[in-house]
Amino acid sequence: MENIPNPNVRMWQGNVACAEGAIAAGCRFFAGYPITPSSEIAEVLALRFPVIGGNFIQMEDEIAAMGAIIGGSLGGAKTMTATSGPGFSLKQENIGFAVMAEVPCVIVNVQRGGPSTGLPTHAAQSDVMQARWGTHGDHPIIVLCPSSVRETYDLTIRAFNLAEKYRMPVILLSDEIIGHLTEKIEIPEPSTIEIIDRKKPTDTPENYLPYKMDDSDIPAMANFGEGYRYHVTGLAHDETGFPTNDPKKIRAQMLRLNRKIQRFRNDIVEVETFNTDDMDVLVISFGSTARSAKRAVINAREKGVKAGLLRLKTIWPFPDKEIEALYKPVRKIVVAEMNLGQIAHEVEWATRREKPVVRVNKIDGEPITPNEIFEAIIS
Amino acid sequence: MAFRYEVRLSGSGGQGLILVGKVLAEAAAIYDGLNATQSQSYGPEARGGASRSEVIISDGDIDYPKAENIDIMLALTQEACDKYVVDLKEGGILLVDSQMVTNIPKGSYKVVALPIIQSAVERLGKFLVSNIIALGVITKLSGVVSEDSVKHAIRARVPKGTEEINIKAFYTGIELADNWLGKHGSLL
Repeated sequence: MENIPNPNVRMWQGNVACAEGAIAAGCRFFAGYPITPSSEIAEVLALRFPVIGGNFIQMEDEIAAMGAIIGGSLGGAKTMTATSGPGFSLKQENIGFAVMAEVPCVIVNVQRGGPSTGLPTHAAQSDVMQARWGTHGDHPIIVLCPSSVRETYDLTIRAFNLAEKYRMPVILLSDEIIGHLTEKIEIPEPSTIEIIDRKKPTDTPENYLPYKMDDSDIPAMANFGEGYRYHVTGLAHDETGFPTNDPKKIRAQMLRLNRKIQRFRNDIVEVETFNTDDMDVLVISFGSTARSAKRAVINAREKGVKAGLLRLKTIWPFPDKEIEALYKPVRKIVVAEMNLGQIAHEVEWATRREKPVVRVNKIDGEPITPNEIFEAIIS
Repeated sequence: MAFRYEVRLSGSGGQGLILVGKVLAEAAAIYDGLNATQSQSYGPEARGGASRSEVIISDGDIDYPKAENIDIMLALTQEACDKYVVDLKEGGILLVDSQMVTNIPKGSYKVVALPIIQSAVERLGKFLVSNIIALGVITKLSGVVSEDSVKHAIRARVPKGTEEINIKAFYTGIELADNWLGKHGSLL
């Protein structure tokens, strides 16, 4: 047999798929500070951007890198940074700035064991709550979790689309296992990929309001350098972007900021179900652990136990409605995650503790095996 | 039922085992049209420390991408052999470097001890190609991927200018395995 490989079929690492997905989404500016296990994303973009007309900057630290991608986005570019645990902690202040100033950008966190420097080369899923509440104040956030190399590519593109559509930072929460996993990927034809760009103003520069209250809840965003001038601040501001202490204006803007996500939640939340139609046991998982969970469900079915899997592709906003639609007929729920129960807690809340929630947790850097989840299903 | 073949490549950080894993996975997935995953586990050290690289090959979906019921395991150091042999399945193949691994852990698997590193140094003059010799041995003993596909994958992966010595190393490995099989008969 002659070996003629399909040029669109590649063996890519999750991190490579993230970098290539960013390029496909139109990202042309990356600022970062290398950290295991995310460094390959920076490596690939440092090689690729000079060739395709993008800009790569290695900043002095993660805080500066986050600041740089906010600036790049205000200048009109689609921007991204990538990091892990300790670097993600450092980025929190500026992530809050991006939320408050409504600056689209993508932050990748390839999770490793924590807290602190923790386990640089080993996987964890313990930044679930930090991704939600790492920065202070009542704020909306979108967090996506890929379970495969192909999905890393797809969800990176989706992260950019959601960032542009809702004018806010989006977090791609990968983990060391997916980031460093090499697997087969068939790259989709560029013409089949949906690309969303931010809404540009139709008002003249003199009449432009960067934080305008209108029916859309998502103000049009002018790029700096295109004739529009406006003020950008982390302080509470009114429609003009200038700081205000007027409670009425503050309330209106803050409610709109959070309403963006509440209102469009169904467009943002994505889950995948497997064997859930007739299930007695609902397994919930995400990221790399969802792969073990799928194997466990298949193995349980072979033993005659009707298990089903709900895989969370979006973890914030939390897929509570999707869980509500599934849990009533089951006798128990198994939640598998490489932390001490961050998603399990949300599941208990979404199901009003009406069903026993069995937690399968691991925090030693090793993956949760299919058998560990299988035992929890059949016990 | 889909087949699932698990390979674990273990040794010390810097021995090129991640590269071997990637080449093997690419041979299976790109040139043989199968599914494959490659993953790794290593410590924070740039060199040294027990490290492992794992390849799963299947004609179906690969959900769990880590090895837990290993068909063939390579150990290039005693430390890695002792640490990682636990997941080798009953009747699996334990391939070791005969100089580096002198204390074979007890178990119900087939042991193939070959002078991999010595062959790299004496026959090819390069310690560095030990990993590709091991790849040749694994290709022959496992029969899970075709020699041609591995050859293509090596050429596509190794640094420019080192293709020929790596292909030679690959065939040195095939020869080592052939000789072993000639002497010991089939693995089955």
